[in-house]
Amino acid sequence: MYEFEFVKPATVAEAVAALAEEDAQALGGGQTLIPTLKQRLAMPSKLVSLTGIPQLKEIGDNDGVLTIGGAVTHAAVAEAAADSYPALADLASHIGDPAVRNRGTIGGSLANNDPAACYPAAALGSGATIVTNRREITADEYFRGLFETALEEGEIITAVRFPVPEKANYQKFLQPASRFALVGVFVAKYAAGVRVAVTGASEEGVFRWREAEAALDASFAPDALDGHSVDAAGMIGDLHGTREYRAHLVKVMAKRAVAAA
Amino acid sequence: MPKDNGIGASPKRREDVRFLTGAGNYTDDINVNGQAYVHFLRADVAHATINSIDTSAAETMPGVVKIFTGADFAEVGGIPCGWGVTDRHGNPQQEPRHPIIAHDTIRHVGEIVAAVVADTLEQARDAAEAIDLDLSDKPAVVDMTKALADGSPKVHEDLSSNLCYDWVFGNPDDDAVQAAFDSAAHVTTLELVNNRLVANPMEPRVAIGDYSRGTDEYTLHTTSQNPHVIRLLMCAFVLGLPEHKVRVIAPDVGGGFGSKIFHYAEEAFCTFAAKACGRAVKWTSTRAEAFISDAHGRDHVTKIELALDADNNFTALRTNTMANMGAYLSTFSTSVPSYLHGTLMAGNYKTPIVQVNVKTVFTNTVPVDAYRGAGRPEATYQLERVIDKAARELDADPIALRRQNFITEFPYETPVALTYDTGDYVATMDKLEQVADLAGFAARRAESEKNGKLRGFGVNCYIEACGIAPSNIVGMLGARAGLYDAATVRVNATGTISVFVGAHSHGQGHETSFPQVVADMIGIDEGMVDIVHGDTGRVPFGMGTYGSRSIAVCGSAMVRATEKIIAKAKKIAAHLMEASDADIELKDGQFTVAGTDKSVAWGDVCLTAYVPHNYPLEELEPGLEETAFYDPANFTYPAGAYACEVEVDPDTGKVTIERFSAADDFGNIINPMIVDGQVHGGLGQGIGQALLENAAYDEDGQLLSASYMDYAMPRADDVPFYQVDHSCQTPCTHNPLGVKGCGEAGAIGSPPAVVNAVIDALQSGGKNVTHIDMPLSPPRVWAAMNG
Repeated sequence: MYEFEFVKPATVAEAVAALAEEDAQALGGGQTLIPTLKQRLAMPSKLVSLTGIPQLKEIGDNDGVLTIGGAVTHAAVAEAAADSYPALADLASHIGDPAVRNRGTIGGSLANNDPAACYPAAALGSGATIVTNRREITADEYFRGLFETALEEGEIITAVRFPVPEKANYQKFLQPASRFALVGVFVAKYAAGVRVAVTGASEEGVFRWREAEAALDASFAPDALDGHSVDAAGMIGDLHGTREYRAHLVKVMAKRAVAAA
Repeated sequence: MPKDNGIGASPKRREDVRFLTGAGNYTDDINVNGQAYVHFLRADVAHATINSIDTSAAETMPGVVKIFTGADFAEVGGIPCGWGVTDRHGNPQQEPRHPIIAHDTIRHVGEIVAAVVADTLEQARDAAEAIDLDLSDKPAVVDMTKALADGSPKVHEDLSSNLCYDWVFGNPDDDAVQAAFDSAAHVTTLELVNNRLVANPMEPRVAIGDYSRGTDEYTLHTTSQNPHVIRLLMCAFVLGLPEHKVRVIAPDVGGGFGSKIFHYAEEAFCTFAAKACGRAVKWTSTRAEAFISDAHGRDHVTKIELALDADNNFTALRTNTMANMGAYLSTFSTSVPSYLHGTLMAGNYKTPIVQVNVKTVFTNTVPVDAYRGAGRPEATYQLERVIDKAARELDADPIALRRQNFITEFPYETPVALTYDTGDYVATMDKLEQVADLAGFAARRAESEKNGKLRGFGVNCYIEACGIAPSNIVGMLGARAGLYDAATVRVNATGTISVFVGAHSHGQGHETSFPQVVADMIGIDEGMVDIVHGDTGRVPFGMGTYGSRSIAVCGSAMVRATEKIIAKAKKIAAHLMEASDADIELKDGQFTVAGTDKSVAWGDVCLTAYVPHNYPLEELEPGLEETAFYDPANFTYPAGAYACEVEVDPDTGKVTIERFSAADDFGNIINPMIVDGQVHGGLGQGIGQALLENAAYDEDGQLLSASYMDYAMPRADDVPFYQVDHSCQTPCTHNPLGVKGCGEAGAIGSPPAVVNAVIDALQSGGKNVTHIDMPLSPPRVWAAMNG
């Protein structure tokens, strides 16, 4: 990697100030950024670690809303949400491997918005709110395509608020090499309606499968998805699966998620 | 009652203590005083003309010692190919120059274009980024069929085409072979791909070159399976150095699987650069570099045809294979699709007519060479797949069809040049049916179907030619080396023993199993025996470890040397006991005079050899050290039968291996636990090939699966608990231990079993799928089911 400065502020304000410097970059758990640096694919002048800010490590459960600080690790979510939001805890407990889960953070994952990451499906599928140092962004507004989000320069995810659904489940079909999601489907049933979010599959990144949501609103059962399908045209086609295969898997995983919810 | 020591016992691997507690000494653990580091600037395009390389800015960068380009190596040789194949017309293979650093032309992604030596690795990388390359891209040649088409761009402009050789083996008479097919009652044809693999040993390659101006001696520390071979090739063919001035050390090596047999450019570079820079030069491969610079494996495209008579007897077999050589000929590359593949095409069957046709092809890809099994997996895969397909077409039981065509009398001379000395394929198949619980399969299938899954049972047989090899035979076949091995048994004055062996242990457990043999022969504790390996400065000239040869060839040399030790020790014992050496017996470390109660202990004899006060000095030299070289009379022929049981998820196409059973005949066995481990490892790699691994190139010659994000290695949860049995033993008839070798069997025998099982599962679900190319990834299986 190239040389860079490293700072580990204790408050959000200090972090924001540090990030104001040109080519400064926020560092969460580093599970994507550090390998990128090692390959010399990025050259930040300064890394601003967000993991020393106590405020970003808080987890709160209040009135049916689970609030998770931006620097909370996947392992901590898996533990803390086990009772309050088991589907989210289960998702967190299957991200990467133990080393990844004990370093990687929810804020880092959502800010990176890898098209095959798990958390974007949970956030979008739950209709979560992304809280930053400047504003609150709904999940529907937040995700903007592959590695693209609504975050602006210097904006830090301080917390994510998850409304807890009546039932939910996440089904992930693994890409065999990376073990990221080849296709992952998060299904959540709320009083206001069902949400279905799909990761891994689309060239546009995580998306809501609204046709499935409507079908499941009418009947929350796997069979309700019979006769519905996603269009293969917008899916990712690569070494690990054709567009058609991914489109097919979206339906298979959605049905399984409904059955398991 | 299992033995607790000696041959046939399963002591734990003594080397594992240091490997598992961080006390190993791998090449990267070695640091030479004052060493500099090299970073190789590697090509990121597959084919290009190098117009110019401007290193002037890079040379002024901090810490830079020296920058090398192809021009610096114009006066030295290229990397040699160790095997010359003669084509069907009697002409030699086409052999392009294989430069240390690309000169004028880049021919594959990953080829070295320049080398920066600097005080630190980061400085070398920084400077490499300041090198200005002026390239003109050329069209890449990737697909073998296109590479052989008229008008294809050439990988090597100075060769006549991209064809390395066009080779025929077995019965060369096309008309006679065709006549056998014309008169057949049934012909089964199958086209298949043996997928390209990356070896991926846990330890990436490392090289450290060192040069002493005082003595004009070089030392190369390297991750090699065969340090003497590296020394010979590098000295005699590349750098023109006197061998006695060069020491090659391969200390602990973290796996090779064939990929560390070959002499690589980086080894020659570091040795050359050490003198040129006046400092030791160290290179440690990154995993990313390993993907594009370690020799790849497999990559064959084959059409195979099997002819049967009306009674389902195999009457003729014909294959046409294209084998990818990559951009250059790696050390043993040309032997793999020819003599390590064509000679095995008879398999376990008495097919009277076999014709093997192979075209080897240059492409703009990483060189391809031996990978665990090397040629024999490719042979086994096509043969055992076409037999399974024939059984389906004929509505015959696949096991019965195999049994009917087994070779049952030994020695058996195949139509493809080998003489199988011994074997019992009926016995291994009987054992397999039992171990795999074939009888219980129907119930297990019913259970799977209840759960919405398709279950399949696949079986196959394999034979391999191991213990390579008789030097006179491989010499006739084109090897440019002998394939004997050597061992020196040095008995110390106190009776402990160091055995210096030419074989190299990089996962095989030699440090445990070899002493078991020597200790057993003398009747002493195994703890009194150590082996020394991996250092040309210490061990006799041996050819190293590959081709499941270590115990069969080097182990035999060790036995011969130990026999010489025992013969001499008996003479010393006879002198001490004032008896005739013909009357001396050795048992449990005690020399006795037959028919008397006189005895003298092993340790006393050893001490006498080195403190020869009471010693027949006029007849016998003092000391107790003997060397033997062993060149085998024949290959060894491990064989066996494997069964795989899979579940296929019809919704996703995902294949899960539920059971895998192996019945192997390895002849006599030194350490059954180590043999189990060798089979387990081989099965893991074979299952990896069958389901997961795929070195895929795009048409521009970019490796798509160039990291673990895209190259799927098998993990623990991808494989089942194995049932492994090696109780069927027909000892090798021509080596002293009756051993055959076990290192490659698992990788050779497992891919066809997996694929046969998946096809069986899909057929059971009413899907008319007759073949899917490996890896049988979920999308491929799903597409086949829905095709």
